[in-house]
Parts: sequence; structure tokens; C-alpha cells
Amino acid sequence: MPVVSLHVNGHSHQVDADPQTPLLWVLRDEIGLTGTKFGCGVAQCGACTVHVDGQTMRSCVAPVAAIAGRQVTTIEGLTSHAAKAVQKAWVDLDVVQCGYCQSGQIMSATVLLEQNPKPSDEDIDQAMAGNICRCATYVRIRAAIHAASAQLTA
Amino acid sequence: MHPMMKAWRDAPENLALAAPTRAPAPARSGVTRRDVLAAGGFVVAIGWLPDPARAAAQGREGAAAQAVFEPNQFVSIGADNLVTIVNKHHEMGQGNTTGLATLVADELDADWSLVRTEYAGANVKLYANLAFGMQGTGGSSAIANSYLQYRTAGATARAMLVSAAAQAWGVPAGEIRTGDSVLTHASGKRATYGEMAAAAAKQEAPKNPVLKSPDQFSLMGREHATPRVDSPSKCNGTAQYTGDVKLPGLLTAVIAFPPSFGAKMVSFDASAARKVKGVTDVVAVPEGIAVVAKNTWAAQQGRRALKITWDEAAGAALDSDALFAQYRELAAQPGTRFAKPAAAEDGKPAAVATKTVEAVYEFPFLAHAPMEPQSCVAWLHDGRLETWAGHQFPTFYHMFAAKAAGLPLDKVTLHSLISGGSFGRRANAWSDFTVAAVNVAVAIHGRAPVRLQYTREDDMSAGLYRPMAVHSVQVGLADTGRIASWKHGVAAQSIVAGTAMAMMIKDGVDPTSVEGVSPSSYELPMLDGQLHSPTLAVRPLWWRSVGNTHTAYVMETMMDKLAQAAGQDPLAFRLALLEKNPRATGVLKLVAEKSGWGKAMPAGSAQGIAVHECFGTNVAQVAEVTLKDGKVRVDRVFCAVDCGVAVNPDVIRAQMEGCIGFALGALYYSEIELKAGRPVQRNFDQYKALRIYEMPAVEVFIVPSTAAPTGVGEPGVPPLGPAVANAIVRAGGPAVTRLPFARSGLVSA
Repeated sequence: MPVVSLHVNGHSHQVDADPQTPLLWVLRDEIGLTGTKFGCGVAQCGACTVHVDGQTMRSCVAPVAAIAGRQVTTIEGLTSHAAKAVQKAWVDLDVVQCGYCQSGQIMSATVLLEQNPKPSDEDIDQAMAGNICRCATYVRIRAAIHAASAQLTA
Repeated sequence: MHPMMKAWRDAPENLALAAPTRAPAPARSGVTRRDVLAAGGFVVAIGWLPDPARAAAQGREGAAAQAVFEPNQFVSIGADNLVTIVNKHHEMGQGNTTGLATLVADELDADWSLVRTEYAGANVKLYANLAFGMQGTGGSSAIANSYLQYRTAGATARAMLVSAAAQAWGVPAGEIRTGDSVLTHASGKRATYGEMAAAAAKQEAPKNPVLKSPDQFSLMGREHATPRVDSPSKCNGTAQYTGDVKLPGLLTAVIAFPPSFGAKMVSFDASAARKVKGVTDVVAVPEGIAVVAKNTWAAQQGRRALKITWDEAAGAALDSDALFAQYRELAAQPGTRFAKPAAAEDGKPAAVATKTVEAVYEFPFLAHAPMEPQSCVAWLHDGRLETWAGHQFPTFYHMFAAKAAGLPLDKVTLHSLISGGSFGRRANAWSDFTVAAVNVAVAIHGRAPVRLQYTREDDMSAGLYRPMAVHSVQVGLADTGRIASWKHGVAAQSIVAGTAMAMMIKDGVDPTSVEGVSPSSYELPMLDGQLHSPTLAVRPLWWRSVGNTHTAYVMETMMDKLAQAAGQDPLAFRLALLEKNPRATGVLKLVAEKSGWGKAMPAGSAQGIAVHECFGTNVAQVAEVTLKDGKVRVDRVFCAVDCGVAVNPDVIRAQMEGCIGFALGALYYSEIELKAGRPVQRNFDQYKALRIYEMPAVEVFIVPSTAAPTGVGEPGVPPLGPAVANAIVRAGGPAVTRLPFARSGLVSA
């Protein structure tokens, strides 16, 4: 099998994997980064959301070969001001319930705020529409994004 | 109390399984966490976590390093001054880890920032749900059954710390103050709990430690006093779910399950599957054909390469439309009586019906679809079995895992992990995913630990659905607006029939099929109830709030229809039937006041109201709905809840918010249809979930109370559907009797 070169959270990994393997399973099974979750396998729920070159990507349908040489960030590797503000707001407001979707929610919210530090409710609806939370923590997700925004723009 | 709990508590046949119905007071049990660990490691240790994860998880979760004072199986204190509290229940998002820790920490006068939590493994003697008599989480009972037990555990620890300080300082115990994990005396003496822990361990446990009165609570009921213990780990990726378990040589398995209910395997050809790189085994197990591999993708690719011939004849006739037709006929016929009209009171003329209000309601199968698909790690080694999973009913999982492995119970260790939601899915007496994982481990002769991973399609196609239900209701109204007669037919599979909980069926009636109709919050002596419980090849299961998922919709939309027929306001009509039910009245009045019930609404918008009691908790909701171009938007939901003492107000609010969104998604979209025995909806593209842009604003109001607490994980679900449906009718829309809305042509805006 070909070796794929991946850059994840600032580290290089040489991964021996079928090029069609979704990035999700390489992250989880080969690299051991299990903060990114498997929810649906068909890019419907967003639990597997990661950043690739600063944009959100559903890692469950992204063939690892297509990610070679690009910068991948997972929940474990978040460092930006926006990311830290999002994580803090999430904890401050106790957004989580079961927590399983929240890595993906935080990854989506982080890109939103990196690109738009003062999002409207409509902006939030659009940016977060791909992330399902079966516990329906949406009221707090919205509030936490506004709180993080306030912190970033203060 | 949920009937499930009562049945378990009362059934003598469960004694072999069960702990004493009233567990020994923790102080007197003399069993400590250390004893438990020594006896085989029942408490989930986090030693198997990778180092960074362990460090991060110990933000708030994870035990103190060295417990030197362990007065009972629930609490221990280390020399490092950390307090560790063991959660005997399953944490699936509902917040009971925080709640149970609050009960102990309050009585202990512990500093919340020094509290750590961990999860108990299977040990029915130490960790039974006192309401069930077995270890398990369900019926929104975690706080309710543990309220005195956990407080007593904390009070015992505190009393022993105080006693140790009194001895060390030579002062009367009554003069010692406690607070924020510190002992103090007016003389200036001061010690942290950690400093006094070793001495406390030598004290005798008090027989009846004094519990605080509600006005003395320092954490319970206090806003911002007890942030969730699991927030940090769930926000940085370190929270450990079943899929995240790392063990040396761990393999992953997927199973090719039968494609339809009742299907039998005729033959299979695994030659191509075995050639997939990474596949290590292809083995037949009772559940299907398991493909075992070095990683998840290889296992999935191997499964795709299998060639299996199935005989699907058995389920070919299973079809949702045909089932609904059959159920409609059944519900209109006499069946097993679940409610009999009371005889008219002497000298009081029976009301004579002059008007009939009737409706037939249809409810589909529902999948739970928790975010985390089912999975379980099973490891057979050294004559033992270990499992890791979201074991919501450890007692059952323990029994069935041992049976599948052919091992005695004491050779089987369960590691109960948090789960990514359940909504009832993991509370099942079949223990399906754990048994299947053990079967795979047995099939590969315990060569390595193996994780069985369900895909979303596997999980959604597995059955164990909220059963379909049809209600056929005819109510006679007198000229006075009084209800003269109420005939109520229900057709729904019994959830408990054929399981270890079948003893709940009394006189042919499974109470989970009719709870909410009978018993009802309302005084309905004229109720004439008939139940049909057909059996199908599709296994049914409880789904967040169980029978109330359909009964509340029926009862509360009927109340609005009746109020309209009687020319009365829906709130006033309900209150008149709730004169003997102060708590239902209380939440109704509170939600009416907070929502401005009766206020003028913009054109196309209306309010709808509903109230329901579920597992002892009363919830009333007012939904504000806008109809535009045939589309529905729920703008806002007001929610009043009476759950007795509010242990963690913010967790209660969170559960109400979550229940509302969960119920709204089901109302709009959720249905598993059967065609030729196969489930049609298999993933979130067809089985839609509520998304953020559909979530209404929610305002929650908690009734102040000193009554013993009841649960909040489920009771917010039942009133939402009827509150929204009633609002739609009041806004000029259709009266929907076939759920979900999407089936009736109503779509969300």
C-alpha cells in the first residue's frame, strides 16, 4: 500500500493506508487521535468535522489521498484565539450533554468565528447547519458562539 | 415511580439478581472503593488511557491518586485533598454525574473545584438502582433513587472528618465548622479534608448521620455552584467513549447483519473479504457474519466484499402501511381492558353526551439514533472476560455477556463508559451489541481484544424501535361541557413482553403501552380503555419518555379538541379537570403566566399549550408557532417544570431545552418505515434530525419545591408535540393525527 504523508496538528505522519480510506479512520485508528468522532459515515451529521487548510471538512468522506500534504487540525490541535474562545464559552455555558457531537460543533464554530468574528443568528444557522446534536444543545451552541464572539471582539 | 422500577423492586423472581431492595446505608456497609478494586476492579480505572488523555481527563473526571479515607463505596478523599465520587449510574448526557456528585459534595461541605468523579462497573450489591433492585439507569430515576443514599454517603464522610478533628484538637465535635473542604474551630485550629483524611479513616461511621435541611444546602439548588464535571473533557476531545478505548492489539469488527427482520442466512462466500488487506478473520456469529480487521476501514471493506445469500421470506409481509391498517382495525375493537368506567355516584345523574369528539392517531416506529452508534469492546483473556461499553443496564449486560462467553459472573468485568447519547437504546434487556461483541471475541478464540462497531446503518436498522401505535378515541361531551364518556382503544406492541421485564405486564396490560392515558393527570372516571398488543418480528424498545411519547400527544390534543367543542379556553378546560392535582395545576399556571397565555399574537401565529406528568415530574409547555405558506416554524417554547428539589437548576434547564429539541425533531421528521421487512430509513439523510436553524428559543421555569426530587431526562419530551400541534390548529392549520408532520404534508420552515 502506498504511504500517505499527512500533516496533523503540526506533526508529520507517514501512514500506510488504502488511499480511499477516509481521513477519519486514519486519524482515529492509525494516528490515535480519537477526539474526532464517527457519527454517520455519509457527511450528514458533522461529528467528524476537522479543519483542512483552515476550512471545515467532513473527515468521514474525505479520502486520505486527497488530504496528503495539506494541513489538518483536529479538536486536539486547536490553538487559534477563536478556537480558545469557543472552547471557553462551551465550558462556561455548559453546552455539552452527551458530548459526542461537540468536537465537530466546536470545529465548525471555530472556523465560523475565524472568518466572521461577529456572526448574526443567520450566519450561525448557516455555518452550523451541518452539525447534528441529538441532545439538541442548539440553544446553548448559539449562545456560546455569541459569547465567544463577544470575547473575541471585546 | 416508573412501572419498570416498581416491577423490578417488587418481583420476587428478581431476588437472585437483585441487591436488597433497600441498600444498606453506605456508612454501615463497610465496603470501600479500595475493596471493590481489590475484588476485581469493578470501578472503571482510567489507567488504560494514553497519558495525555489521562492528564486532561483529570480536569474533573478521574479518581484522586491515593485515597486514604474511603468511608463507603461512593466517596473517598485523598491526602491531596481531592474528593472522588463514584457514579453508579450511566452518563449519557443527562448530567447525573454532576447531580450525584452534588448530592455528596453538599452534605460533605466539599469544595466543588476539588471534586472528581468516576464511573462504577457492574456490581449490583453496591451500585443497584434502589428503585429497580438491579443496576441500571432509566425512567429518569438516577437522582430520584439516589437522593438520600448519596447525601447519606456525603454526610457520613463529613461526620467522620469532624469526629477526627474533634479528637485531634480536643474540642467538642459540635464546635467544629466545615466548608469548602476545610475543618475549622473558633480556637484557630484548621485542617483541610486531605490533612484530616487519614485520621477520619480510623473513626467509626455514624449510624444515622444528620442530613441538612433544604435551607442549609450549599450546592443544591444554587445557580453556577456546580458546573458540569464533564464539560472540559467533552470540549477538548479527551472524553473517552467506547470507540476511543485503546488496548494492545485491538481489532475492529463489523457484522453483516440480516437485511430484513426475520431473515435467515442461506450461505456466504468470504473469499473476497479475506483478501482485503487488514482483514484478519471472517467468522459466523449468531448475529450474522463478522469481519474482523486491524482497522475500521478494512473491516468495512471486508464486509462489502462478502457475498451472502439471505432467505428473507419470513419478514416479506412486514410493511408499515399494512401494519397501520391492521392497527387501526384493532384499536377500534374491544381488547384487553386497561381502564374501566367508574359507576356513577349515588344521587348524581350521569352526564349525558350530546356531542362526540373523535380521532384516530397513528405513530410510527422510531429509532433512537444517538450520535454515538452502538459499539462494545470485548476481551477474553486468562479465563476472564472484560467488556467496555455504554452499559446502561449493567446487571443485564453482565449476565448476558457472561452467558455468551460461557463464564461465571465473577469472571466477567464490565467497564461502563459514558455514551454518546442513548434515549433508551442502550437500556435494553437483550444487551444486543455487547452480546454480539462477546460472540465475536469467542469466535476468534480471544486471540486479541476486539471492538464491535455498528455503522449508523447497522444501528438504525437493528430494530429495538419505539413501537408503532394507533389510538382510537371517542369522547362524549355533555351540554355543560363536562366529559360524559371516553372510549379509548390502543394498539401497540408490548415493550416488555418476551424480556426479563415481562413481569411488569399485569392482567394482560403492559403499562408502558398506556401510561399517560391510564394513569392520567386528569380526573377521568369515565375512561373506558382497551389495549391490543400485537407481536411482530421487530423488537420494540423504550424511547425517551416511553409510552408518554404517544399518549401525551393523544391526550393533550384531545383536550384542545374538547375545549374547542365545549367553547372553553384550553387552559381553563384543563384546570377544571385537574382540581385534585396541585402539581400539574402549578406548572400549567406558571407556564401560562410566563408565556402571557391568551395574549394577542401576530397573524399566522398562535400559542398552544400542553401539560403531562412523566415519571413523577410535571411539565407544562406553551409553544409559539408561525404558519406561513403551509410551513411551520416553532419560534419559542415556554416550559415550566416541577421535579421536586432542583438539585442542579442549570442541568434541569439543559434537559428541558434538549427534550424540546429532541421531541421537535421527532415531531417533524422521525419515522422508520418497513417495506418488505426492511427498514427504509437507515441514516440521517432519510431519518432527519432537528438542526440548529429549526431550534426554537426556550425559556425554562422551575417550580420551587422541597419535595423529593424526580427526574428530568425524559419528562420534557411528552408535552412538546401536542403543544406545537395545538398551536398549529389555533393558527388555522391542520389537526395532525399521523406523525411525523412530514407525513401529513406539514414541513418545517
